[in-house]
Amino acid sequence: MNPLVSPAPQANQTDVPLVVASPVKRHSSPLLGPGFQALFYKECLRFWKVAAQTVVAPVVTTLLYLLIFSHVLQGTAKVFDGRVSYGEFLVPGLIMMAVLQNAFANSSSSLIQSKMMRSLIFILLPPITSLEIFCAYVGGSMVRGLCVGFGVWLITLPFIPASVQHPLWVIAFAAGGSAIMGTLGLIAGIWSEKFDHLSLFQNFIIMPLTFLSGVFYSIHSLPAFWQSLSHFNPFFYMIDGFRFGFFGLSDVSPWLSLSVVMFFVVLLSAVAMRMLATGYKLRQ
Amino acid sequence: MISASTVAAVDLVDVSKSFPGVRALNHVSLRVEQGEFFALLGPNGAGKTTLISILAGLTRADSGTSKIMGFDTIADYRDARRNLGVVPQELVFDPFFTVRETLAIQAKYYGVTKADVWIDEILHHLDLTDKANANMRALSGGMKRRVLVGQALVHKPPVIVLDEPTAGVDVELRQNLWTFIKRLNREGSTIILTTHYIEEAEAMCTRVAMLKKGEVVALDTTANLLRGMAGITVQVSATALPPSWQARAETQASGAVGFTLSGYAELESMLAAFRDANIVIKEMKLGEADLEQAFLRLTSKEAA
Repeated sequence: MNPLVSPAPQANQTDVPLVVASPVKRHSSPLLGPGFQALFYKECLRFWKVAAQTVVAPVVTTLLYLLIFSHVLQGTAKVFDGRVSYGEFLVPGLIMMAVLQNAFANSSSSLIQSKMMRSLIFILLPPITSLEIFCAYVGGSMVRGLCVGFGVWLITLPFIPASVQHPLWVIAFAAGGSAIMGTLGLIAGIWSEKFDHLSLFQNFIIMPLTFLSGVFYSIHSLPAFWQSLSHFNPFFYMIDGFRFGFFGLSDVSPWLSLSVVMFFVVLLSAVAMRMLATGYKLRQ
Repeated sequence: MISASTVAAVDLVDVSKSFPGVRALNHVSLRVEQGEFFALLGPNGAGKTTLISILAGLTRADSGTSKIMGFDTIADYRDARRNLGVVPQELVFDPFFTVRETLAIQAKYYGVTKADVWIDEILHHLDLTDKANANMRALSGGMKRRVLVGQALVHKPPVIVLDEPTAGVDVELRQNLWTFIKRLNREGSTIILTTHYIEEAEAMCTRVAMLKKGEVVALDTTANLLRGMAGITVQVSATALPPSWQARAETQASGAVGFTLSGYAELESMLAAFRDANIVIKEMKLGEADLEQAFLRLTSKEAA
């Protein structure tokens, strides 16, 4: 028998109280409390549930890029004065491109979806701080970016075994790059009011900057004008520094690249934190 | 039952909020004591949802203060939100997760660990045990509504706000939902609801606030409000209406015209008017005034 339709007085006598209605006591919380853990877990679970689309698909796409470009351009394109084959050169660039694009996609699509579905209210009602929301979304993006990057690296190994000379640099740039893109995705997701806005971001900022960042070529092969223009593209530093970790060779010093990455991490984090703290487009 | 306490469940003082072109709330003060079953009534656009959004921290008031169990909703927002459960009006859900995952994640947002037993209990009382592992997308509207109620209860909040909880929910389910909510109230939870179904407020709520254009136009116990509105309703089927009474006609259903009268004395003068105009009354039905009439009078200009 359904207890909800049973006579009320009986239910009252036999059942244990459902809710203890005393005020929840004030308690201090750590900087990143349970709200962060729960939201971070939710962000990871969200993409993992559709991993075929969020992890496997980008890995396969990137492998296709690698096979086609290296097949067509092997021998014709010369990089680092021929000290590295074109195929080898391409692998770190493609890994990093996959890391960056997927980190952006994770936070931005999660936010825009929960805004369109209006389910964002579920994280606006609980006592989660701005910092916790920030860290959870960016953290989730980093995990997805790094999963895809690792997947691309594994799947390209049988085709083009790329050596890793400085693993610490590889990890530093993968983490820094995915943090930047996760944060940018957070900003884009908060700012966008519909999917169209987000695709503006994707098609006119993310795609051009990644393709013109030296994923497919060394900027030394470019005419002087385009070469100097590339130095204004933050994506160039992320990819160049990441590539240094593989070969110990790069277009600019990895320390310069690391400084640029750190600068953008701080800058974008400050923007995103400000948006969250003021409730920009999230709370009226 | 809870003991008498000086801390109000909800305390709004002089709260105002404007949106571009609209004064949503105009110096609203409202105090709801612990353990009350309180209703917010008012037509669309009266400011009910804005008021709830300010309590929940979804909207920031332009001026005034709002507290939940003594915690300021801005300065002490974390403690205020731990004490509040909100069932939103819109039928929202996260399509990525199952019912159980939805509830478990929501519990974790509030720092509730080992919530499994409580979640099982919520599922049981909301008649969702069979659907625990179904994806949210696969649920009917009424089931999604029940999950929303469950999500508001995962952290056992002492104050529960329901914004139009039975909108679009079938009759049987509405009964079950109310039985459950009444029980939460009996066990000490403060319940605040907004509803369009005035009979629900009349049947269950101890006190009622009526909002109109962002202001509280009436605030009293349900019984007092009804007493103040003492009067009768009358449904008349006739071939025509006396000219002097045409303007008073309120509702029209199946050929009958409804009037609200101050008492039986007025009924006599109404019958006299029909007689004088030589109009034959075919059928007539009398009724006591209910909260709906009170509501209509207060929210329309011609206050009695």
